[in-house]
Amino acid sequence: MSGPAYVDALDLAAGAVLVCAVVTLWRRDLRAIVSALSIQGIALGVVAAVLAAHEHDVGLGVIAGVVLVAKGIVIPALLRQLVRRDPGSRETAASINVSASLVVAAALIVVAFLVSGKLTALLPNTATHLTPIGLATVLLGFFLLVTRRKAVSQIVGLLLIDNGVALVAFLLTAGVPLLVELGASLDVLLVVVVLRVLASTMHRALGPFDLDQLRELHD
Amino acid sequence: MLLYAILCVPFTAGIVAAIVPWARWVGYLTTVANGTVLCLGIVLAARTTNRQAIGALDGALRADALSSFMVVVIGTIALLAAWQGIRYLGVEIEREQSSRRHGALYALLVQIFVTCMLTAVLASNLGAMWIAVEATTIATTFLVGHRRSDRALEASWKYIIICSVGIALAFLGTVLVYFAALHPVGRAIGSSSIQSHGAGVLDWTSLMAASGHLDPGVMRLAMALLVLGYGTKVGLAPMHSWLPDAHSQAPAPVSALMSGVLLTVAFYALLRFKAIADGALGIGYSRTLLVIVGLGSLIVAASLLITQKDYKRMLAYHSIEHMGLIALGAAAGSSLAIAAVLLHILGHGLAKAVLFLASGEILILEGASEIEKVPALLARRPVLGGIFGFGLVALLGLPPFSLFVSELNMIRAEVAVGLGWVAGISLVCMAVIFAVVMAHGRHLLLGGTPKSEASVATSRLVSIPLVSGLLACAAFGVLAWPLQPLLHAAAHVVVR
Repeated sequence: MSGPAYVDALDLAAGAVLVCAVVTLWRRDLRAIVSALSIQGIALGVVAAVLAAHEHDVGLGVIAGVVLVAKGIVIPALLRQLVRRDPGSRETAASINVSASLVVAAALIVVAFLVSGKLTALLPNTATHLTPIGLATVLLGFFLLVTRRKAVSQIVGLLLIDNGVALVAFLLTAGVPLLVELGASLDVLLVVVVLRVLASTMHRALGPFDLDQLRELHD
Repeated sequence: MLLYAILCVPFTAGIVAAIVPWARWVGYLTTVANGTVLCLGIVLAARTTNRQAIGALDGALRADALSSFMVVVIGTIALLAAWQGIRYLGVEIEREQSSRRHGALYALLVQIFVTCMLTAVLASNLGAMWIAVEATTIATTFLVGHRRSDRALEASWKYIIICSVGIALAFLGTVLVYFAALHPVGRAIGSSSIQSHGAGVLDWTSLMAASGHLDPGVMRLAMALLVLGYGTKVGLAPMHSWLPDAHSQAPAPVSALMSGVLLTVAFYALLRFKAIADGALGIGYSRTLLVIVGLGSLIVAASLLITQKDYKRMLAYHSIEHMGLIALGAAAGSSLAIAAVLLHILGHGLAKAVLFLASGEILILEGASEIEKVPALLARRPVLGGIFGFGLVALLGLPPFSLFVSELNMIRAEVAVGLGWVAGISLVCMAVIFAVVMAHGRHLLLGGTPKSEASVATSRLVSIPLVSGLLACAAFGVLAWPLQPLLHAAAHVVVR
């Protein structure tokens, strides 16, 4: 793939990653948040696929497939099971309201653009100019993680960070070496499985819970 | 062959432990396996002290003096932890707090945990090292939550969330290093600037060779992310908050492994990246970062230790202090400083493992983890109390234990490179911690009204490993041979 089609496709897919990140901050319904995460995973896979087509890189194509299946389908499915245990669940305990969150999100996106100047300066091209989007996704994930209190939202925050890092990796270097990338994807999958099991165990032990209730250990 | 064996032996023992339900002989099997790792680590150290590196598996595994030193540390602590684990699981199953199946899962996860740490220090590819460090988080989460109480579950949730975030940042840092290595600056275009787009770029040797040509702007951002990211796993401020919870809630042998080696394996990763970043940026940049996180950790540890009422949490905050000291030593960065840092890694690992294992035994016998509820240990349980007391003495950095030597050398090195003010602040924090721990320790060992009950003997399964751990820690403080050449060779790996 080359020329304007490549640029448009890459811009569109990377933009979708960021829009999904903002949607997770905007929506309160946990099911909607998980759906946004699922779309983000698919968009991330598309970014990798577009880059693979552009660079004629078969290894990257394989990774694109793995990312699409793992982050677009498997991980969201695991999270949906968790949401279903606690029907009608909404993120009500957030410590910051939606409009304030969106303002902070805008500020974080600006910060990401400022920070990534050094990165794009080393190798200016279509792909690296999009790296601020990856960094912004990382920052938004951080923000989601520290302001939300439902187990599912915290897992989503963690995954936003991870997707952001993966996006930066694809855009800057067309993915780290194949084995490392596959190992990293497998690790993420395992972390989500572990978190999923842990959340179920906690659900059994404590009933429907907000993480705010976990205050026994603090100084 | 040697490197394969180091990875395969503990893993195979774990598989065996997973297949059969827990029994005492399985515990001895894992102990022997981890002891074998220690012996192989010593052989490896003897072969790499001459500054030759050993490779295996087409260069995917690589051991230089620094790696083999870490293998020795991991082997030592894993041996102690597995030995005490026999007693720990035995008591748990006897009291029906967990089943034999659950015990098998525990043994499997501990062996996987040990194997992951060994892989991290033996991987030549820094991306593979990252995967192994991340895998330790996955393996230990269920170990932290082993007791399945509300508190243990809370601790493991915090642990995996915070550490996964940290390790994700470290991955971003690794990606940026890779990006910088793919596009070296300051070389004639067409000579070797277009490197093969393969795994070799992230190899330690090629990164070290190319470090002078890495783009400084990218490397600054990368190193900041790596310090923050791997710093999370090391337990350095500001991302330390998982550590006291995880270390106080995990079963004693797991706490010993986490505090004794997992923290320093993450620090090992930081040392490697520091060497690469120093090549690109000069020593000043990473020194500033490490001074900030090191002093931050010392201040956090000193201020939060004062209010601790729980002896396992006290030990956990003490780990944050020691990681801060190690970070400051690494900030100094001379070869004297790095040798002292490595000796401190070993000494702290031994002393902290002994203390956590002893505190596990105290928890088993007394059933309380508050300092208030466990007075006059020395009168009631002389051997256990003595071990705990000498462990505290070692940890506070008093002679003859090796932590005294390493702390002294780190401070000397800091003063020598003009970080005297940093050494001054760290001494003040250490003095505060010394006073607090002495007060807690006095109550624990001597204080209160000694009850009239007769003194109780301590199980040999506990006393033999712990006393030998303490003796080793003291021996390394007095004898320079056999360790000194290895430490210098290891320091030379990361100091130019």
